[in-house]
Parts: sequence; C-alpha cells; structure tokens
Amino acid sequence: MRYYSYFPGCGMHEDSRAYDLSAKAVAKLIDTEFIELENWNCCGSTPYTVIDDLSAFCCCARNLALAEKRGLDLVAACSDCYLILNRTDQHFKEYPEIRTKINESLAAGGLEYHGTVKVRHILDVFANDIDSEAIKANVKMDLSTLKVAPYYGCQVVRPKPNFDDPEYPQSMDRLIESLGAQVVPYPLKTRCCGGSLILSEQDIALGLIYKLLDNAISNGADCIATVCPFCHLNLDAYQSVVNKKFKTHFNIPVLFFTQLMGMAFGIDAKALGLRENIVPVHKILASHIKQR
Amino acid sequence: MEIQVHGSNDFIQEISSMPGGEKINLCIQCGTCSASCPNANKMDYTPREIIAMARAGLREEVLSSNSMWLCLSCYMCTVRCPRGIVPTYIMHALEHLAMRHHLSTPRTRTPTLYKVFSDTVRAAGHIPRLGCMTRFYLQVNPFGALKNIPVALSLFKHGRMPIRPTRLKPKAHVQFKAILDKAQSLEGTP
Repeated sequence: MRYYSYFPGCGMHEDSRAYDLSAKAVAKLIDTEFIELENWNCCGSTPYTVIDDLSAFCCCARNLALAEKRGLDLVAACSDCYLILNRTDQHFKEYPEIRTKINESLAAGGLEYHGTVKVRHILDVFANDIDSEAIKANVKMDLSTLKVAPYYGCQVVRPKPNFDDPEYPQSMDRLIESLGAQVVPYPLKTRCCGGSLILSEQDIALGLIYKLLDNAISNGADCIATVCPFCHLNLDAYQSVVNKKFKTHFNIPVLFFTQLMGMAFGIDAKALGLRENIVPVHKILASHIKQR
Repeated sequence: MEIQVHGSNDFIQEISSMPGGEKINLCIQCGTCSASCPNANKMDYTPREIIAMARAGLREEVLSSNSMWLCLSCYMCTVRCPRGIVPTYIMHALEHLAMRHHLSTPRTRTPTLYKVFSDTVRAAGHIPRLGCMTRFYLQVNPFGALKNIPVALSLFKHGRMPIRPTRLKPKAHVQFKAILDKAQSLEGTP
C-alpha cells in the first residue's frame, strides 16, 4: 500500500468533485491511498501573491507545516496549487529573509516549517510511482478505438523542469496508452487555457480555449483528458460560449485523466462523477467503450 | 554580462527588491519571452518591451499599462529565457507595484478580480466560487454578469457550484488568521 498526504485545494470540493471522486476510486484499485491534509487552507493561488506576497507564502507554508508533521509526500491535483506550494517551498529555501519571516508568522499559529516536504502532482504519482503493468492489470474495458488528446496545460510542467518535459511532456500520453486507448498528436498540449482570465478578460480567454479545442478536434480526438480543475472548467463549461462566439459546433467531452482511468477500469459512472461533466461523456463516447 | 544602470533608477531597485525581480538586469533583449507569450499581441507593450522600459526608468508608463495584467502565469517565457530570468515573476512584481501605487489601469478587470480573490482567501481561508464570482461581477459590471448566467446555471445543474461552501473549522480558522495577521504586520502593509 502507498500512502500520500493529499491537498485537494478549493476546486476539488467545489467545481471539480468528479476529479476528487475518480482519483480516489482509481487509487483504491492500485493499492494507493490519498489521505486528505486535515484543516488545509486555500493555497492563495497567483492573485494573492500579487496583492501581498508574504501573506500568500504563509498561506502555503501553513499547509506545508501541517504536511511536514505527517512526513509523507504532499500530492496536489490542481496544477495551480501544485505550482504555488512548490514556489513557496523554493522561495523558503532560496531567500533567508523570507524563510525567517515565514517562520515568525507561522509561530503565531504554533507552527514551524523546516523545508522537508516534497510537493508532487497527482499525474506524477499515477504516471511514475505506479508501475504501468499494475495499471494494465486493472483494465477491464476495451478503449482501443477511443482517441484521446492529452492536455497538460501550463503549470503542471513549468516553471522548473520537474517530472516531465516543460514543453512536450509524455507522462500522460504513456498512461493513456497503458489504458489501451489511442493518443492523438496534440501540439498545443502545454498551451494555457486562459486560467482566471475567463472571468476578467473573457474574450481573450475564449480565444485561447477555442484554439485548444480546435487543435484537439482537428487532430481527430474523441475526447480531451485534463489534469487541472481550471483547465477542465474552461474547456468543458465554456465550450458552449466558445461555440457561440466563434460560430463553431464543438461537442467534445473533457475528462479528468482519472475519470478516463476509471472508465478503463470499469468503475461505474456515478463513482467517477461523470454526471458532473457538462459536455455529456457517455452519450458521445459509448461506442468507444466496449467490454473486453 | 549585466546591464549597468547609470544615474538613479529607483524603479529598477523596486523591482529588483522583490523575489524573482532581481534578475531583470540580465536581460539581453532577445525577445524570446514575447515570442512565447500567448497574450503578447494584446498587451500595450510586449514582455521584452516592458523590461526595456523598466530599465529606462519609465515607471508610470509601465505601471499604468495593461501588459502585466494579461500575463497568464503560464511560464512559457520562463522555461525559454536563455538568461534564466523569470519574466512571470517580473510581471507579478509589476502588478504588485501598480496596485500599491494605485496606478493599475481601469482598462482591465484583472486587478479587481485579484483583489476580490485575495480578500476572500484572507477572510475565509477557502475560495467559495459562487460568493467570489458574485462579488467580482457586482464590482465590475452587474449587467455583464447576465451574459454568464447560462454557464453558472449549467455548473449548478451539474452539481459543480455548491451553495454551501466548505469552510475552515473554527479552531483552524483562528490559527490561519493569527498567521496571516502576523505576516501582514511583518510586511508593514495595512
């Protein structure tokens, strides 16, 4: 059995519960458990750093200090949480002045951070910690005709080289192949979805989303697999808005990669939260999911 | 090679004093950042130009531009910069300075979004989507919000916008607040 501390971040309990559900359901079958970090708080994301960087670092540092007590790797599913937690850890180590101020602040809450937590992305865990043979052994359904565009987005592979290439990563591609599905070439796989600019600069963000959807479809994809709640929200929930703006007829399901794993493992739709996907998954993909 | 700034340029000092901003003088103006940026064509000045202008001390022009507010923090410029600069951090530093000196341009709503978001994190320790989005739209454009009602409804219908958000437990919230209050006193901001 493998154990990890798990940082859900705000999305996993709100708009992306399907990611949370499916990740846990899939993990169970491959002897892996994600133990939710007790009393975690929001990572602060990019906006808080801009307003007040020390407070933003302290938001993350509280989570890191709580995780340090348990001693396990801290796994984030949201790419933004992953990046922000890592950045705090890195600044903590690089700038002695920041380190001192963080620990002075944490002391006001009876905590201290020593810089020993390893922050990981959930894709890294599924792609690199779990043997691909163990994944293949759990595949119950035949996905051999399903063509998937692997969309990584930006913050899972940048800014520092980590578990995969920052511009043309392969870890999710390999994972999808081990599920028996086909991976289509996806040149825009690490281009940005627009993130929170979907709220403040909607036209600009819609243009970016349009390019991502168009690129996946023109390469023959039946669905897109994502690794981040923000990317999922933008590609799935705003697909109808893109259609309206660009006079297109996109209707491509967007899945969390853990939902795709669950479908291959034969886990039922409810346990994978498939009802929460806005572009209907089963209706469109049914012909590609067959009993073996 | 490092560009030497002659005479007084307080602006460059301000940027350099922020984490990640210190490398700004290593820039060789190759433009790789601008070529990699998905939003460079919508910015008043591209990332390369912004760096050149900051080094020329054009403080007001830089801080009142829309450039940094269109940065997506996608870090493509950062992985490609041949000088190891993190242009994304420079953009963050400029956003911070624009906000602090009340120079942020009204032509973009991103500063308001960031402020609403940060206030929510500070108060609740979590980001309840519904509350955060409502507050943002009320501040920028209540009528513009109408356009987004179909998206909100579809999220709601699919169980993706809970009315009752998750909150920190009272004890954890007290601890969270104590830490942030201390951080703010150390930072010297109100």
